[in-house]
Amino acid sequence: MTPVSDIWVYLTDSPLWWLTATVLAYAVGDWAFRASGRKPFVNSVLIAMILLSALLVVTGTSYEIYFDGAQFVHFLLGPATVALAVPLYVNRHRILRTALPMLAALVAGSLTAMLLGLGVGWALGLRGEVLLSLAPKSATSPIAIGVAEAIGAIPSLTAALVILTGILGAVIVTPLYDALGVRDYRARGFATGSSASGIGTARAFQVDPVAGAFAGIAMGLNALFTAVATPLVVDWLF
Amino acid sequence: MLHAIAILLTCQLVGQVTVTALSLSLPGPVLGMALLVGLMLAVPKLYDVVRELSEGLLAHLSLLFVPAGVGVVAHLPLLGQNGPALLVALVVSTVGGLTVSVLVFSAVLRLVERGA
Repeated sequence: MTPVSDIWVYLTDSPLWWLTATVLAYAVGDWAFRASGRKPFVNSVLIAMILLSALLVVTGTSYEIYFDGAQFVHFLLGPATVALAVPLYVNRHRILRTALPMLAALVAGSLTAMLLGLGVGWALGLRGEVLLSLAPKSATSPIAIGVAEAIGAIPSLTAALVILTGILGAVIVTPLYDALGVRDYRARGFATGSSASGIGTARAFQVDPVAGAFAGIAMGLNALFTAVATPLVVDWLF
Repeated sequence: MLHAIAILLTCQLVGQVTVTALSLSLPGPVLGMALLVGLMLAVPKLYDVVRELSEGLLAHLSLLFVPAGVGVVAHLPLLGQNGPALLVALVVSTVGGLTVSVLVFSAVLRLVERGA
């Protein structure tokens, strides 16, 4: 009979283990989210992240080994982004009618996030490449990382800030917009997608399909806006 | 299902290749998304082909961010002494961006709908 430790070594060496662990951890997070009565602060991504990180620490596994398995889930982000075309297509008339509000909210919201991030960071003593890494963090990861490279920021730090921004946005957006008294799901979805990119968009789909569609287009538009505007803003400020 | 997978991957691939070839500052999959919207406008039947798979993928969109999220936790110590300042800047700017964006959208929407 094979000793348990041999089976363990076999399992942790195979991508299947961490792939399965990722899906199971997320299933636990999703169960907790539903069991809580769909409370926004019971965020399934956050729960899965914490569970898996603890498991990595306990088993002494490096992120590289983990990612060997988890990359199969990660890969699906590309096709899922293409799939956003479906809600866009379904809601196309609704979206075209709100072209003006979308454009205004995109420019105002993105610039606010960018300038507040740089301003507050600067006031708290951040300088140079660390400070600049805050600028593109509201855009979806591939764009944010590309912009970080272009403006002389730290791409891996920006990538982390994108994820943290997304989780924070997903957790606070519902209580924040309830407090502000904004009920329109077009406005709520669009603002969430443009401020909190992918994880915000995932949250919007959890709440309402129209909010999800508007979050999807906002994420795409903000990618474009961030790519063009960030280098200009950084040039102008520094 | 097979056709839906083929369409999504092909759109992503065309997006990726176009972005790389023309060095556009846009993620390949976002261009792929625009391409698929265009294709469905041209050939509405495509919608029936990709609908089920797309909705399935989007229903569990959060799951797809878990691997990257675990990466952030693994690299948190790298934030080092800048951690607190970065987190405060991140919280203030995210709340600010969310607030300004939703209020501007609502205000302009009211103007547009009053004018219409």
